[in-house]
Amino acid sequence: MRCRKCKDRAVLEIPRHHTAFCKPCLSDFICAQAERAVTEEKMFTKTDRVLVAVSGGKDSLSLLDILRRLGYQADAFYVDLGIGAYSRQSKTRVEQFTSARGIPLHVHELKEDEGAGINELADLVHRPTCSVCGTLKRYHFNRTAVELGYQVLATGHNLDDEASRLLGNVLHWQTEYLDKQGPTLPASMDGFAKKVKPLFRLAEREIAAYAIVNKIDYIVEECPNSKGAKMLLYKDILNRLESESPGTKQAFYWGFLAKQEAEAKTRPSMAENDRAVLHPCITCGQPTTAETCSYCKLMARAKKDGPSPVAS
Amino acid sequence: MKVLLNHPVREVDVKGPRRVKDLLKELNLLSETVLVVRGDELVTEDDMLRDDDRIEIRPVMSGG
Ligand code: SF4
Ligand SMILES: [Zn+2]
Ligand SMILES: [Zn+2]
Repeated sequence: MRCRKCKDRAVLEIPRHHTAFCKPCLSDFICAQAERAVTEEKMFTKTDRVLVAVSGGKDSLSLLDILRRLGYQADAFYVDLGIGAYSRQSKTRVEQFTSARGIPLHVHELKEDEGAGINELADLVHRPTCSVCGTLKRYHFNRTAVELGYQVLATGHNLDDEASRLLGNVLHWQTEYLDKQGPTLPASMDGFAKKVKPLFRLAEREIAAYAIVNKIDYIVEECPNSKGAKMLLYKDILNRLESESPGTKQAFYWGFLAKQEAEAKTRPSMAENDRAVLHPCITCGQPTTAETCSYCKLMARAKKDGPSPVAS
Repeated sequence: MKVLLNHPVREVDVKGPRRVKDLLKELNLLSETVLVVRGDELVTEDDMLRDDDRIEIRPVMSGG
């Protein structure tokens, strides 16, 4: 197979765009798609400081690489969840990647600051690990971005992540979540960083290919807690549809975004809604809809039920 | 040829020569969900794999 642009040997075929690329043209394509997402969705500009949440996986490390290559001021933030060998290996990947490129890296250690790893914390509060993990990560992503003076928090979510999440939300008619499924969430009030997903135009497979051709040493292994996750099932189903009918994933997610944008003109904006219901948490000051934010509630519960001292 | 698979990590032996497309079919894998790496080079579905190639099948789906 030949590259559609330069006729060199192709390394990746992209049926949804009826194309195939060699190594340099693939990297150009990926960077152009990310740049288009950043500008069209008004995510940030070259003067903004962007904090990229990295896990050591292909998406977040590639995102950091792409944004730097495009000339954005992107730094890294890693949350060490304290999940044995998996966390140690992913952290090493992140440290090697950032130090080799001279990218500033901020780290939050759950074991130090919360006093326990994610598995122990979830046990203490009797809640599913991934849901506790989601609360903790969201909290620290936002808090760290705001406290360190970053205007924007970027995550490596890709087209497959967003399409599968949309499928899950639609299957269960969880329409209340749909509002927050766009690639740009504005900083609706003080204490909230703007949240963006610059890879939403790119399929997981395209990003993995970018990581491989650019020799990004990412962790291939999955978090041990993700086994059998519902999301994998949804992704698998979407991939079956995609191989029968290329373009299904983007038609599904981008179509949703277009519909949402059209409706947004007639509804109060998310920022207006947020300002109406959010105020500072009485314990930590982060924005919340309740008196105490879900992070502080979680930590209070862990402290009360925990046999060992847990910090707050 | 030696084919390295991930999730879980394991190795299988497959007779070559064989097209990437046919290898995936034999292993019952959907091309949307994997990338095929020969040595450290990505290959496409119509590439021919030889008996002395070292192949890695890299899954691209992640659960987070
Ligand atoms: S799979 Fe692992 S990293 Fe992902 S939410 Fe669950 S515990 Fe956290
Ligand atoms: Zn080319
Ligand atoms: Zn709080």
